[in-house]
Parts: sequence; C-alpha cells; structure tokens
Amino acid sequence: MHKTLFELEDVIKKYDKVPVLHVKNLKLEENEIYAIMGPNGSGKSTLLKLLNLLDEPSHGKIIFQGVDTGKAGDSVRLRLRRQMCMVFQHTYMFNTSVYNNVSYGLRLRGIKGPELQSRVKEALSFVGMSDFGKRNALKLSGGETQRVALARAVAIRPRILLLDEPTANLDPDSVALIERLVQRIHETIHTTVLIVTHNLFQAKRLADEAIFLYEGNLIEKSPVPQIFTEPQSEVTRRFVSGTMVY
Amino acid sequence: MTDAGMFTSIWQFLSSRGGELTGIVGLSLSVSTTAVVIGALLGVPLGAILGLRKFPGRKFLMRLTYTLMSLPPVLAGLLVYLLFARSGPMGFLDILFTPSVMVIAQVLLVTPIITGLAAAAIAAKEKLSMDTARTLGASERQAAWVVIKEARTGILAGVMTGFGRAFGEVGAVMLVGGNVRYQTRVLTTSIVLETRQGNFEFAIVLGLILLTLSFIVSSVVVHVDDSKLG
Repeated sequence: MHKTLFELEDVIKKYDKVPVLHVKNLKLEENEIYAIMGPNGSGKSTLLKLLNLLDEPSHGKIIFQGVDTGKAGDSVRLRLRRQMCMVFQHTYMFNTSVYNNVSYGLRLRGIKGPELQSRVKEALSFVGMSDFGKRNALKLSGGETQRVALARAVAIRPRILLLDEPTANLDPDSVALIERLVQRIHETIHTTVLIVTHNLFQAKRLADEAIFLYEGNLIEKSPVPQIFTEPQSEVTRRFVSGTMVY
Repeated sequence: MTDAGMFTSIWQFLSSRGGELTGIVGLSLSVSTTAVVIGALLGVPLGAILGLRKFPGRKFLMRLTYTLMSLPPVLAGLLVYLLFARSGPMGFLDILFTPSVMVIAQVLLVTPIITGLAAAAIAAKEKLSMDTARTLGASERQAAWVVIKEARTGILAGVMTGFGRAFGEVGAVMLVGGNVRYQTRVLTTSIVLETRQGNFEFAIVLGLILLTLSFIVSSVVVHVDDSKLG
C-alpha cells in the first residue's frame, strides 16, 4: 500500500475570475508514475503548477504530506517545494554554463565543495552528458536542453518530479532517451512522477495511472491499461480512441 | 583649407590646449559616469520592482517612466536650474555652475531610461526564469535575484543607453553648468563653443574624441558582460 503524497479537495483555480481548473477530489500516491492527459486548455499545466506550489488555488485545499499548503507559511511552503522539481515544456536555461545550471538547486540547499561537484558530475553522467559541464547552456539542442533540465532535477533527488510535456517538439530518438531517463529516475531515486503528455503511446509506455482532464475538470483517474480499454466516461473514450475533435 | 593645413591646425590646437582638453575629457567622463552610477543605483531597483511586482498603479508608473525617458535635456536642465538657483528651494547649497549640479541634471535624465529599460528586460525574463528558479528550490527573493541576473544584458543595455544620453547631451549641462572654462566645460559644450567660433575642425575632433570614448566604455562593459559566463 503506497503512502498518499497529495490530496486535493474541491480545488478551483481561476485566472481573471475565469475558472480554468476544478478538481473535486484527487489523491496521488508515492512511487507511482501518473500521466496527465487532456486536450489543450484542459488545465494540465495549471494542475502541475498548483502541485509544485508555484501557484495557489483560488478555492479548496491542497494537502501535501499531511500539510494543508494553503495554511502553511512561506518557509514551510519553501521546504515542501524543495521536495519537488518541475521540468517545463519550454525549458528555461540560465545564461551560464551547464555545470552552473545543474548545481543551482544544490547550492540553494547549502551543498558545496566536493559534495556539490560529485552530485553535479553524477547528475550529468546520469543523463549521458558528462562532458557538457563547461558548455554554454543556451547553445544546446532541444534534446540536450531537456536532458540538462532532467539533470537539474536528478541532482536534487526530488521526491516528486513534475514533467510538463517534456518531449514535445523532440525527435523520436530524443523522446525515447528522455522516456528512458524518466523511468530510470523513477526506479533509482524512487521518485513519484507526474507527466503531462499529449502522446497516448507515451502514457501507455510510462505510466501506472492516468488522469484525464477536459475543459478544466478532472474526468477520470484510472490505471493505465484500463483507461485505454475501459474508459469510464464518453469524453475519455473519445480522447483515447483519437476521435475527439478539439 | 587643404588636408595638410587642416591636420596642421588640428595638431597645433591639440598641442596648445592639450592640458585643457585633458581636463574637459576628464570632467565629461567623471560627470557622466557619476550620473550613470547614481542613475543605475536608483533605476535598476526601481526597474526590478516595476518588472517583477504586480501592484495597483504599476501601469501608470510604467507610462510615467516611458514619458520621462524622452524628457528633453534642456527641460531637465531648466528644472534643476530653478531648483538650485539662488532664489530656488535648494539655492542655499550654492552648487549652481558646478560639476555637482551637472551630475544632478544628468541623473534626472538617465534614471528614467535605466528604470524603463531595466523594467522591460526584467519583465521579459520574469515568467520562465522565476518559475524555473522557484521549482529548483529558490525562495521568492532568491528567484527575483535570478531574474535580475538573467536580465543583466538588457539592464546593461539600459545603463549604456543612459551613459550615451548623459555623455552626449548638451542642453542640461550647458544650462546648469554654464560652460565655464576649466570648471564646468565638457566635450559637448566645447563642441558648441568651437562651432560658434567657427572652429569647425576642432569641433569635429572633439566629436570624434567623444565617440571614441563612448566606444571604449561600451566595449569594456560588453566585454565584462560576456566574460560573466562560466
């Protein structure tokens, strides 16, 4: 039985008074890989940002490891946020070397000296970029950039890894490589992974469970074989069968 | 005048007034550099607040900043003149027609430029770099510092634009400095004087010196910015 990491209770997020996400109830358990699926504008990225405590819900509760994050002070939220890491669809690399990019999260956690160096080296080796430390992070290809983004995450050994369409716009080889890395992170660091994807095959390949969002509402959360073979709702069926026109 | 004659007369001018010219160049650099340093100390934090924070009145302040970016130097000079004239509210300081008041006039000109360009540079970097820093574990303050560092090239461009404005302007320093020989004469006011006296070659030489110095200062700043990588 896995431990519950997140509990969301009647969470609503509004931008400029317009609701963009409504999750009545959601529990996420540790050491799972979740695929978050849904058409554009269904609230997938918003959900990830709320879970990463980068944004606050307009209404409702997000409980992380038993702590009501809405009632937590800044220092508690920071401590909680430091257990997670998000990789964005449009990855931002700091205008400095790859080494400095990967070491940033560690330096924030007070790690320095030989430990810092060995953790960065280990993270770069993990993503197959041992020789890239001195390279300018802004001069990498799309695939390399995503691997450095994963190395930044691996370096801090997060309990939860949030991936927002990490393979969008990548070639098939890079997609396969990123997927292998995500699986290795999950297996070796025992990281819970939430991956937003439009790619149904990717969801099938990687995830234990899938969450389907549609027009800002959580429609379904089911184990991966089941959501594709026996979807519980008509919209999910249309989405997974590729007949949804949006 | 032939080319040879022109170069001879320029050489004679430079040899006969070399000491004065050195003083003019030194004063130009010190007044403008001081004004830009003060302008940056004021403008970069202000730009960071405007670029990072969302608060009521922010849009109005942005519009005001952009308006002040095109403040005519002669108007800035007039305001500072009225402020520091003997009968003005700050007249007791008795600094009119001194380099100090020239610095104040130039600070008034460059601060909105640095503020506006820093705010734009920081706002452009804010969204993704802030969230990236935060997801890697930065506090709000640490993330804001990352955004400012990431926007450094745009901020430096603002500072250099401010320097260009200060170094090349004539209206404000002429009004508040008075173009007093050996005291408040700078390169731009010297150009005006030499032109009025019909010494066009010397005016052009002074202009070339001004441009060369500006090029050297810009090159040093760009080099420092580039070498930050690593």
